Amino acid sequence: MPDQPRVLVAGTAAGEVLHLDEPLSFWGGLDATDGRIIDRRHPQVDRVVAGRVLAMPHGRGSSSASSVLCEAVRAGTAPVAILMAEPDELVALGAIVAEEIYGVVVPVVVVGHEAYQGLVDGERVTVGPDGTVGRA
Amino acid sequence: MTLRLDERDEARLAGDEGPAVRTAIRVVTRLATVMGADRLLDVTGAHIDSCLYHGQAVLDFADHLADAGARVAVPTTLNVSSLDLLHPELDRGDPVESRQSRRLMERFEEMGCRPTWTCAPYQLETRPSFGEQVAWAESNAIVFANSVLGARTHRYGDFADICCAIIGRAPAAGLHLDENRRATVVVRLQGVSSELIGRDVLYPVLGGLIGRLVGRGVPVVDGLPPGVSEDRLKALGAASAATGTVGMFHMVGSTPEASTLVDALHGREPDEEVAVTAADLRAARDRLSTTTDDRLRTVSLGTPHYSITEIGRLVELLGDGRVADGVAFYVSTGRDIYHEVELRGWADRLADAGVTVVTDTCTYFTPIIEDLGGTAMTDSAKWAYYAPGNLGVEVVFGSVEDCVASAMTGRVVRDESIWADA
Repeated sequence: MPDQPRVLVAGTAAGEVLHLDEPLSFWGGLDATDGRIIDRRHPQVDRVVAGRVLAMPHGRGSSSASSVLCEAVRAGTAPVAILMAEPDELVALGAIVAEEIYGVVVPVVVVGHEAYQGLVDGERVTVGPDGTVGRA
Repeated sequence: MTLRLDERDEARLAGDEGPAVRTAIRVVTRLATVMGADRLLDVTGAHIDSCLYHGQAVLDFADHLADAGARVAVPTTLNVSSLDLLHPELDRGDPVESRQSRRLMERFEEMGCRPTWTCAPYQLETRPSFGEQVAWAESNAIVFANSVLGARTHRYGDFADICCAIIGRAPAAGLHLDENRRATVVVRLQGVSSELIGRDVLYPVLGGLIGRLVGRGVPVVDGLPPGVSEDRLKALGAASAATGTVGMFHMVGSTPEASTLVDALHGREPDEEVAVTAADLRAARDRLSTTTDDRLRTVSLGTPHYSITEIGRLVELLGDGRVADGVAFYVSTGRDIYHEVELRGWADRLADAGVTVVTDTCTYFTPIIEDLGGTAMTDSAKWAYYAPGNLGVEVVFGSVEDCVASAMTGRVVRDESIWADA
């Protein structure tokens, strides 16, 4: 039985998956001006998260992660949705505040390890308000 | 788990205490749901990281709150910002961004926060007591509060910190609760020389290693002599919170909830036991460097902000010596500590030796460093971890002794002998 998705921030989205093989700290790891991954130790360094459905294990590191995500939403460089193997409230919080002050919803869903592993880089998926991930 | 709010929480959510309080409690309750909390609890203090400028969004949020008349309900300290207000001439950044940063800082002062501008609020005169519930942001401060002070904070981030401060409440979840403070992973040192155990440099390296090993678990370090100093615990915690997601660690005989290994484990079996050898530590140390180029341009110490003891050690190591021409040497600290540095007469000594003291901010995200070419050296695992990405600089990690010796010769020198097997 696959894990039931747990919705941290509810919304709908569609886009191509960017699959991160390791946790990413948005702060120090993501450039909000262009959405590029700048953590040189990260396997997906130089990939761009903007407009993608970001699949990641969870966040990492500094407590400024929420600000960077919120700034990326404001700047239009954020992922359209974030699917994680494990819950991460710093990631959720960045999306919550972006919704509160800009009214832009970036759904954040904990899909579990199995579903995270099953997401293929480059495939097109949809995210439903109940957290279901569909293959487009 | 369903979140149950008390009468006052509900009234605030309905807007009875104005729009700022309403926004704050909306954010905290949404966060509480994410964290799986069944209620909110009172906090007695807060430490805010939201005052560090990361672009327009953080200023928009501060404006949103401050314009609506927000005030903090509990004593609240402020983390580093992007500016050194005491030494504005050091700023090499974009003047527009500097104005935005200054504006952001002012908005938090308007909301009643104390302008402490330090990432090490645990080095201020008053700090949380054992068992006190607080809402702290800044990863190194969080891990210190939980691990070394035995205060209780979850890993708050930007936005949550100020919202908790405004309502004086936080989600009753995570590290606020006993059951989540239990050590889950035993980290046992094996075959590590007493020489290395006696050196400051072990602790950031061990912390960096632990962060990668345990991810989000609560580690307990076993096998070190009791009474490890606060500065060493600080370095370990900061490193583990940078490379991993550690919000709390125990060290048997050194941290307050780990008088014994059994205490740290709450009498239960650990989920995992990991042995750390001298070879593991050498590998962890090597991961903290990005270059072998020994032409030194920059030395940066003080991440997290140096304590008065650490600055004293630096003054001692510098002796009558001077930093070589062509090397820029920075040490970051809080303005309160800097005041004490001045009182002790060390400020002149540091200046004479060619050391630039940076306050209120830190050199790994603020445009202060003169020359990003060549090699930068640091004794901080956190600086080594973040600076290459943030600044585009190449870094070599070393002990504070290595950093000072290298600065004086202009070439990277490291004492390799201390890293040998026991």
